[in-house]
Formats: sequence, C-alpha cells, structure tokens
Amino acid sequence: MKIVIEALIVLLILTNLKLIASSRLSACIRVVAVQGVLLGLMPLIAGQEALTLRIAALSGLTMLLKGVVFPWLLLKTLRSANVRREIEPFVGYAASLMIGAGLLFLAIWMSRQLPMPFAVTSPLIMPLAFFTMMIGLFAVISRRKAITQVLGYLVMENGIYAFGLVFAQHEPLLVELGILLDAFMAVFVMGITIFHINREFDHIDADRLSALKG
Amino acid sequence: MTDLSVLLGPISALVLAPLIPGIINRTKAVVAGRTGQSLLQLYADLLRLFRKGAVYSRTTSWVFKAGPVAGLSCMAVSLAMLPLGGVPGAMAFTGDLIVMVYLMGLSRFFTAAAAMDTGSAFEGMGASREVQFSVLAEPALLVGLAAVALAAGPAGLFDAGPVVNGFRSLSEIYHQLTLSVWANDGAILLLAAAALFIVALTENCRIPVDDPNTHLELTMIHEVMVLDHSGPDFGMILYAAALKLWFFLALLSGLLIPVRSENLWINGISTIIGIFFLAVGVGLVESVMARLRLLRIPQLLAGALSLSALALVLVLWG
Amino acid sequence: MIFLLIGVPVLAGIIAFFIRPGWMPRFLLLAVAVTHAGLTAGVWMVEPAPVLDGWLLLDAPGQLFLSITSLLFLMVSIYAVGYLAREDWGSRQDFKEGLLFTNARESVFVCCLLLFLGTMTLVTVSQHFGLLWVAVEATTLVSAPLIYFHRHVRSLEATWKYIMICSVGIALALLGNFFLAVAATFKGQEHIPLLVKNLMDNAPALHAPWLKSAFIFMLVGYGTKMGLAPLHTWLPDAHSESPSLVSALLSGALLNCAFLAVLRIYQVCAAAGMDSYGRSLLVGFGLFSMLIAAAFIVRQIDFKRMLAYSSVEHMGILSLGVGLGAGGVYGAMLHAVNHSLTKAMLFLAAGNIIAVYKSKSTREISGVFSVLPMTGVLWVGGFLAITGSPPFGLFVSELLILKAALDQGRWGVAMAYLALLSVIFIGMAAIFCRMAQGRSSGPPATGLTPRGLKTTLFNEPLLSVLPPLALGALTLVLGLYIPEGLHRVLELAAAAVEGF
Repeated sequence: MKIVIEALIVLLILTNLKLIASSRLSACIRVVAVQGVLLGLMPLIAGQEALTLRIAALSGLTMLLKGVVFPWLLLKTLRSANVRREIEPFVGYAASLMIGAGLLFLAIWMSRQLPMPFAVTSPLIMPLAFFTMMIGLFAVISRRKAITQVLGYLVMENGIYAFGLVFAQHEPLLVELGILLDAFMAVFVMGITIFHINREFDHIDADRLSALKG
Repeated sequence: MTDLSVLLGPISALVLAPLIPGIINRTKAVVAGRTGQSLLQLYADLLRLFRKGAVYSRTTSWVFKAGPVAGLSCMAVSLAMLPLGGVPGAMAFTGDLIVMVYLMGLSRFFTAAAAMDTGSAFEGMGASREVQFSVLAEPALLVGLAAVALAAGPAGLFDAGPVVNGFRSLSEIYHQLTLSVWANDGAILLLAAAALFIVALTENCRIPVDDPNTHLELTMIHEVMVLDHSGPDFGMILYAAALKLWFFLALLSGLLIPVRSENLWINGISTIIGIFFLAVGVGLVESVMARLRLLRIPQLLAGALSLSALALVLVLWG
Repeated sequence: MIFLLIGVPVLAGIIAFFIRPGWMPRFLLLAVAVTHAGLTAGVWMVEPAPVLDGWLLLDAPGQLFLSITSLLFLMVSIYAVGYLAREDWGSRQDFKEGLLFTNARESVFVCCLLLFLGTMTLVTVSQHFGLLWVAVEATTLVSAPLIYFHRHVRSLEATWKYIMICSVGIALALLGNFFLAVAATFKGQEHIPLLVKNLMDNAPALHAPWLKSAFIFMLVGYGTKMGLAPLHTWLPDAHSESPSLVSALLSGALLNCAFLAVLRIYQVCAAAGMDSYGRSLLVGFGLFSMLIAAAFIVRQIDFKRMLAYSSVEHMGILSLGVGLGAGGVYGAMLHAVNHSLTKAMLFLAAGNIIAVYKSKSTREISGVFSVLPMTGVLWVGGFLAITGSPPFGLFVSELLILKAALDQGRWGVAMAYLALLSVIFIGMAAIFCRMAQGRSSGPPATGLTPRGLKTTLFNEPLLSVLPPLALGALTLVLGLYIPEGLHRVLELAAAAVEGF
C-alpha cells in the first residue's frame, strides 16, 4: 500500500514540475488533467477508513470534473484564442524548475512546522499539498498568458483540495460538492472572460492588461 | 575481500568499453533498417590512430598536448574506484564518489583548456557549452547518488574502509542495493536512475543533448572541442570517451540490476550484461529523439536536477 | 424564513435570465428587493428558526450585515430601475478611448444582481465555515459579470483582475478552512463540526498551532476579498470600472460580507483565548490599509477610484476597530453600517455625475452644484459624511474607535489613526470642492449637452436622486440618534465577535 501511495505522490509532484517546465499550452492543460485524475484516485487509496459510497462518489466526481470537464473547457478556450505557446514567461523554464525544486524543500519545511495532531497515511501528503499549492501560485505570478494563470489557479486549488481530501475527511459532502461547483463555475467564468479578452484585445497576455493603475 | 574479482571491473572496462559505441551504432542502424558498421569499428579506429603521427599547430602549447593525456588518465583512475554492481572497485575508499566526480571535472578542465589553447573561435564555443552544461549536470549526479546512498540504508555492512560520519565508498553503497531496497524505495531509485540517465546522455554527448555524428561546428559541443587533435592524441580522446560512457552505464546498470549474490563473478557478469542492454537503450533513444535546441538543454538538465532533488527529498522525509 | 431570504432572490434571478429585456426584469428586480427588505424587517421582529441542523442561523452579526445588504439592495434597485430605463442598449462610444462598446444583456445583468443578493444573504446566515467559503466564492463569481456590464476594454481588465485575484485569495481561505478542520480533530479522530457555535463551545480544546495558521490563511483569503492592503489591488479597478450602482453594492455590501467572514474566524480565535494574537494582526492590516488609501487618495485623478480607495481606508478602520477590542468592536459594527450607507450614497451620486459629464476625471469636472444641484448637495454632503465630519454617523463610530485606542493607552495607534484620517480629509476635500464648486466646466467640448438640461432644482430624474438622498438621511440620523433596537443588535454583535 505504501508503495502505491508513494508512487501516486511522486507522480503528482512530477506533474507539477512538468507544468512549470512546458511551454506548449495544450501540454500544460493535459498535465493538469492528469493531475486531476491522480487527485481523484487519492482518497480511494490514502483514505484512512473503509471505502464508502461517499468517498467513491467524491472521487469519481473529482476525476470527472478535474480530469475531463475543466481540461475540455480550457482546450476549447485555447482553440478559440488561437495561441499555442507561452512565449517568454517572466521566469524562464530552467529557472522555474530550479525554483520548483526549492519550493519542494520549502513545502517540506513548512509541513514540519505544523505537526499533524493525528496519525496520517503518509508523511509526504502534506508536503505534496503545500508544494502543489505553491506551484499553482508560482504559475499564476510567473506566466503571461491568461490561460496559464487559470491553470495555476486550478493547480493551487488542486493542492488545497488534496489536503482537504486526505485530512479533512469529515467535511460534509455538501461542502465538498459546493467547493467543486465553485471551482467549476470559476473555470467557466474565467474561460468566458478569456474569450472576451481575446476578442477585445486580440491577445490573452494578462500582463498587457495594464490600463488601470493609480 | 581481496579477490581476483576486484580486477574484473577495471579490466572489463578497458577491454570492452570500445564495444559500447559499436552497440549503440548498430542499434541505430537496425532501427533505421541499415546494416551498419561493424561492432568492433572503434577498436579498428583506435588501432589506426595510434599508428599515426600527430600534427600540432604552431600556435598551441603544452596545454594542448596535455588535454588528451590528462583526460585518459583521469578516466583510468576513476575506473579503478568504480564498483561493477556488487563487485567493489579495486581501490574503493570512503568518499571515493566525490573524488570520481571531480576527476571527471579535472578531465573536463583539461579538455576545455586544450580546446581553448588552439585559439579557434569554434573550439572556444564548444568548451563554453561543455562547461555550462556540466554546471547543471554535476549537482544532478551528486544529489542523485546521495539519494541512492541514503536509500541503500545505514553504513557498516561491508568493510571496504573505515566509516567516517556515515560517509561510505560507492562500492559499499552499491553493495547494499539489494532487491529489498528496491521493494521499499523503488520510486526513489527510479527517480535517481532517470536523473543519472539524463546526466549520462549529457556527459557523453549523446542525443538529445549533443549529436555525436554531426559535423556542424555551430551545433556541436564535444566534437567541436577536439577538432584539432590528430593521431594518437585523438585516439586517446576517443578511448577516454568510450571509457566515460562505460563508466556512466556501469553506474546505472549497478543501480538498476539488483543482483547481489554471494558469488561476485555472477554479480559482475550480470552488471556487464546490463551495460550492454543500456547501450541498446541509448541507441533506441537516439533513434526516436531529435537533438534538442541548445537553449532547451539547460531545461533538460534542470529537470534532471529536480528529479534527483525529488529523490533526495523523498528519501530524507518519506 | 431563512430559506425564503435566500431562495427568493436566487429563484427570481434564474427567472430573470429567461425573460425578455424591458420593464419585466426591472419590475422583478424591484419586487424582489422589496420582498427581501420586508423579510429582513421581519427578522427584526421575529427571530427566525435555525435550519439545516444549525448550518443556517441568523445571529447578531449576521442580522446586522444582512440588514445592511438588504437595505442597500433596495435603494440600489430603485436606482437601477431608472438607470436601466435610461441606458442606451445599442453600441455607443466609450468616453475615454472613443471605442465602440455595447452593454451586456439586461436580463443577464438583473439575473446576476439577484443572484448576488442571494449569495450575499447566504454569507450572512452561514454558520458552517465550509458553506461560508462556498458562499463567499459564489459572490465573486456572480458579481464578475456585473463589473463587465459595459463591455469595454477597461471593464474587461478590471473583471479579469477581480476574478483572478479574488479567486486566488479565497483559495487561501479554503486552505484555512481545512486547517480549521484539522484543528478541530482530536487524537481519537473525534471531530467537531465546523459550525461557529460548536467551535466556540469547544474552543479551548482546539489544536492551537493549527488554529493560528487557519486564522492567518482566512484573514489573508477573506482579507483579499475585503480589500485590506496590500491585498486590495483588484478593488480600485473593479469599483471604478463597474456601473455605479454595482460599485455601490460591491463597496457597501460585498466588502462587509467578506469582513463578516473574517469576524467569524476571529470569533473562534477569541473564544480559544488567542485574541491578542488575532488583534495585533488586525490592527496591523488596518493601519496599513489606511496608509495605502491615504497615499492613493491624495491627488487622485479619477473620482470613482478615489471612492474605491476610500473603501480600502474604511475597511482598514473596521479591522482596526475590531483589533482594538472592547469599545472598538462596537464602534466597528456601527462603522460598518455607516460606511455602507454613505459609500453607497456617494457611488450613486457619482453615477449621476458620470451620466451627465461623461467623465470620471477630477480635473475636468467642476461646477456640479450649478449643473446638478441635488446631486451636488449629495456629493458634498457625502464628502462630509465619509470623512467623518460631526453631524454624520461616521463621526460617532470613528470617535468610538479612537476612544478605544485612547482608553487602552495605545497612543501610537491613536496618533497614526488621527494623522491618516486628516490626510485623507485634506486629500478628499481638495477633490470634492474642486468638483462641486466653480463654473460649470461641462458640457465638455464634445457637445455632450445633457439633453437641454436647465439648471433648476428638480431637473434630475427622481429615481436617481431619491435613493442616495434616503441613504444620506439615514447616516445623518445615525449620527444624531441610534435607535434602541439597533443599539441592542450592535451590542450583541460586538459581544459575539469578542467570543462571548
């Protein structure tokens, strides 16, 4: 069991690194899709309790939304915006990877500062959640294209959600569904906004949205 | 532990290393549907080169001549420390891992210096690239091996030398890489192996980092540095390159093939067979991949570094 | 009762999406606003029963903020009826860049307004932290289309920043939620539901480091939504580019809702005996917000941005008041009421000015008194009110907060507070006076004569003057006299916030 969980965690960490190392936007979206599916598997494997209908439903829905629906929405947006690559991000790809490795250490350090009050399946899950979150934030601030920022937001949400799935399993189903619904709406609204940005400006570079200041 | 088997590593390396480029080339040829050159082609080349005389430009100094000699001797010394799977190196000692990595650095220094000694702009460019990439490749190698060392378990099961503060010889580390380590920390070893594989490709100038067959000075890295060498000097360079390739494949093979039986000969032979399989693997990679753009190479190496950093993190806190 | 409060606006919003533009959606908007306000008034008479096992429950802070929201929404929807009737629905020229733009569909606008009301109501009645988070994030999502009502490039930019910054910020609050869940789990996996009441009852048993981290993350997360500096960057853009009535709602109602979310977690912290820890953070954020606001208000050239920064300032004052504790909390509650009323009034008046002058520049506009006498009076009165001049309610609440600081002997905080308030007063005075007085600068050179407007007292549309006037009158009343019922609720709310 331990090896399965560890493999899952390693794969999730690798998807994060892959996200900040690839310039092709469609590849980034696929990476996030894979991450969503892996995340959906997480409660099935790492849960401390027996498999209940609730966990199964949650995991299935997570995989469906994060693995299929979001990527599909974003790919659709990408096609309408007609951009393929992230050109000249604020932080280069090699440097991003280095920063990613640094963030990993930071995530582990942070999770050491907050010891869990109860026993957990694997001590790596919390660093993973922090790391995923930080990678998401990093993608939001270091990339130009609006769509990469949405991806960053999604990844950040994934990290937080991973934390919730594993540690806060007592959250009522209603809340979990609400969170998923909100994430869905957020991606939907952001997608529409990107569509409008593309139509108005002929580009989706968020850093060039700079008319408002002061 | 003074067994004749400790000589297996260095001798097999010195004898069999030139076979590896042959295997890679043959694999590529087969994949491409060609017959390809003989498996023993490099032996013939070396023989030919060593019978020739060398030509030296008037602008070069002793540095130029020292490059190939230093390169070959550095490789020969590192091979003496290299374990062949479970077979310890002939002169294993505590901390030899670091010495090996820096011997590589020394040989790189002399090769680069010799290249710059010619005063050719192209060779200087090659030297600059070689040094630039090794800046990233070296930490990836060291961090990856550190992860492997920690995964292999605590020191003290094997007496190849005095144990100082948990430092061990590479031979001892490799000796402890048994099947049970794989069962426990397979993910870590795989990550480290992936990082080592990328480093091996970089250090040996294989595709996707460098193309050993190209002769465009603008895109080459290693080949461009040795353009001016001729005769026995060039022979030494080719031989040292083959040894280096052997060195890295042996590291990988020892990691990937956890045969640690009582009989050291079985361990050694299985590792050598592993090396041959890895050579086929390198050939396959070269057949299916194109060379990366020069600008993307640091990214690949940064990837390798993050893989080994990840392995280290996992083994430290997993 | 609680179900009705949430259900009516949400259902009506969904209906509004499908009906044709025209008087129907406007009528629906007004009807829902009146119903909602009526229901809210009913809440003051009869205490509503908790529903869903206490997940939805109206306590004193919730009641206070619900009433503000409902009142503002009523005023704004009266204003909206006139506003939407006068809107030009075809494509027209943007007055800043001269590009053509159109409006979003009216039914979508009304739909989003109603959903906005519904989600804000949900925020005020949520007792469960998870549900609270869901509701706050939902307010962001339904208000984004409102900001992008005028479909030009600047509002689009503002929408993008709003949605991106707020979503990322609120995601941090979600992490805070999960931290709270960990803090509420004990050794034997025994778990307290994340209801405010249950958490407060068991507060001393909560795991302290996790509760502290939860507080930090929620403060940062909801603080982003609330506009606390340095997390306020979306706020001036969103408030200045959205239609004025939406700005009024964002500033007067939405920021308060986010503030309520911060209060909820502060409540738990205070009950757990960590109030000094939370307070120092709140005071720090509060003063820093005031500082940033002061720096940007002085010499501001866009008057809607100036109002937006003023919101940042007042959110800072709210946080400062709660951070000071004791009498400051009561002051902060009163301040929330007064600020909402005054800021909404100012934004509505600003809408009237923009409608005539077609400009938001403080440099180009002068003579509002002579062109729009009623709005001019409102504008200057609003200025006096928002800066806390004596007869108005804000004076009382700001004084209460100052008194709390002085009572505790925190001279440094009191001095900084007073200094920043006076800088803001001077900065705003310069802008407001220049705009209100002088000869009419407009109608500008483009010949945008406001349709043969005569400078008489009653030339302005009644529907666009009455709501701000009513709001202003209320602030004035609150400055002179606080009704007994309100006083009781304010006290209860302050006590609840302090963790009793």
